[in-house]
Amino acid sequence: MTMPFYVAPEQVMKDRAEYAQKGIARGRSLVATTYADGILIVAENPSRSLHKVSEIYDRIAFAGVGKYNEFDQLRVAGIRHADTKGFAFSREDVDARSLANLYAQFLGTVFTHEMKPLEVEILVAELGSDGRQDQLYHVAYEGTITDEDRFAVLGGDAESLAERFGQSFQDGWTLAAALGACRRTLEGPDRRLGAQDLEVAILGRGDARRAFRRINGTELAHLLSDDADDTDGADASGEEPSAAASAPPPDAPGEGDPAPG
Amino acid sequence: MALPLFSPGDDPGPSFAAVLRRADPQALPAQLVGGASAATGDVAVRHGTTVVALRFVDGVVMAGDRRATEGNFIAHRSMEKVFPADRHSAVAIAGAAGPAVQMVKLFQTQLEHYEKVEGIALSLEGKANQLGQMVREHLPMAYQGLVVVPLFAGFDLRRSQGRIFTYDVTGGHYEETDHAATGSGGRDARTTVKLGWHPELSKAAAIELAVTALYNAADEDSATGGPDLVRGIYPVVATVTETGYEQVPADEVAERFADVVARGIGGRAS
Repeated sequence: MTMPFYVAPEQVMKDRAEYAQKGIARGRSLVATTYADGILIVAENPSRSLHKVSEIYDRIAFAGVGKYNEFDQLRVAGIRHADTKGFAFSREDVDARSLANLYAQFLGTVFTHEMKPLEVEILVAELGSDGRQDQLYHVAYEGTITDEDRFAVLGGDAESLAERFGQSFQDGWTLAAALGACRRTLEGPDRRLGAQDLEVAILGRGDARRAFRRINGTELAHLLSDDADDTDGADASGEEPSAAASAPPPDAPGEGDPAPG
Repeated sequence: MALPLFSPGDDPGPSFAAVLRRADPQALPAQLVGGASAATGDVAVRHGTTVVALRFVDGVVMAGDRRATEGNFIAHRSMEKVFPADRHSAVAIAGAAGPAVQMVKLFQTQLEHYEKVEGIALSLEGKANQLGQMVREHLPMAYQGLVVVPLFAGFDLRRSQGRIFTYDVTGGHYEETDHAATGSGGRDARTTVKLGWHPELSKAAAIELAVTALYNAADEDSATGGPDLVRGIYPVVATVTETGYEQVPADEVAERFADVVARGIGGRAS
């Protein structure tokens, strides 16, 4: 029997972290932000069917970056957890904080005990109600959990993207303005992203029980062009109620109905 | 509660009942397998009574009275028996109220769970089949007297029409062409619907016909509750069309009842 070489734990952890970071950096980034009527999540994703952003429960959304199969497994586990909890107790008892903690525990355990860490970063977003604030829980590959109440950026170059996004962030901005800022953050100085490169979903405040809704097709194109008009005019100031009031076009999917596919 | 993760060979897929069986089996509706036979003969169990569904031009109407009985007592005056199953379908229940409501809850969760996991809703046929499986799993309890017979209706987005399914205790489900009713007053309700139904029924006419059917059922069957004008309790009426499930407001149901009564239906006393 051969003795394994001794490797310092610091080195093991460093190697694993580096491995996971590299895997995550290969994928594309994602921005989530609060806006006047809810939470907006925008991911750079050319695929129409392999989603990065999904519904977990009535007021909870999930988003992941990194390796698709790994975060999708976590997404399904989250839906299972939320539905089981809601069935055994009540729908009101399902909350994002406990789910984010479970994700953090799982990612942390895998990071320390398994051969290969998961190459993912995930976001659990919860729409606030009854005076509770909107919450964005950001869980990193090694199980570090941070909670934000304004915006979160996930992905390889998250720090510089977050800095860029933070400069344009405004409290209570409109959906079109927030979407435009998310797009500009993702595209950076030397790229242009259109409706076909973005996956957009919201948790919208309203009467519908299920707050999650995807924004795509003409509605998305419409919102993106709305924002382009705003920035053409002048520096986007606080008073621009027109963009907020602009209703989705008639062929938009109904409230609370996640578009199939 | 731990994160419900399964190895790829052992994955329960998009079925919520299968997940629940592994993650939290106590939460599953109980199966009274074995034990005393005819046990429910002398135990008072709440029963829900008459529900009716019928097609109209834009979809389906579903209605249910509000009475629950325990033997010869009235157990509940404002029970709801018509529920949204998901955005484009509705389920109504007749029979033992406890297991029936549990079944509806499981069914609703199942449909939403599938939709979230798979990213696309089940077909209407698939939903009807799922409910059939749940009724079949309930069969041991049905043998002990706790019969649950649901009625399922929805709008089929692929065929662009309303469809209605009835069930028996074995989980067998049968598609009805135009209308269906079940429960203790189902027979009377069915007769009324049969006489008044025609293919070009408008939404308003279909609601009125459903309400009339329940009125006639309540007239003949003691377990079916009629409109309760004293307390302002009226049947639950819902429509499912292309735009989704929608409950008809109580005021509108009350108005329809007023129309029915104004026509002098049921004859006069003395």
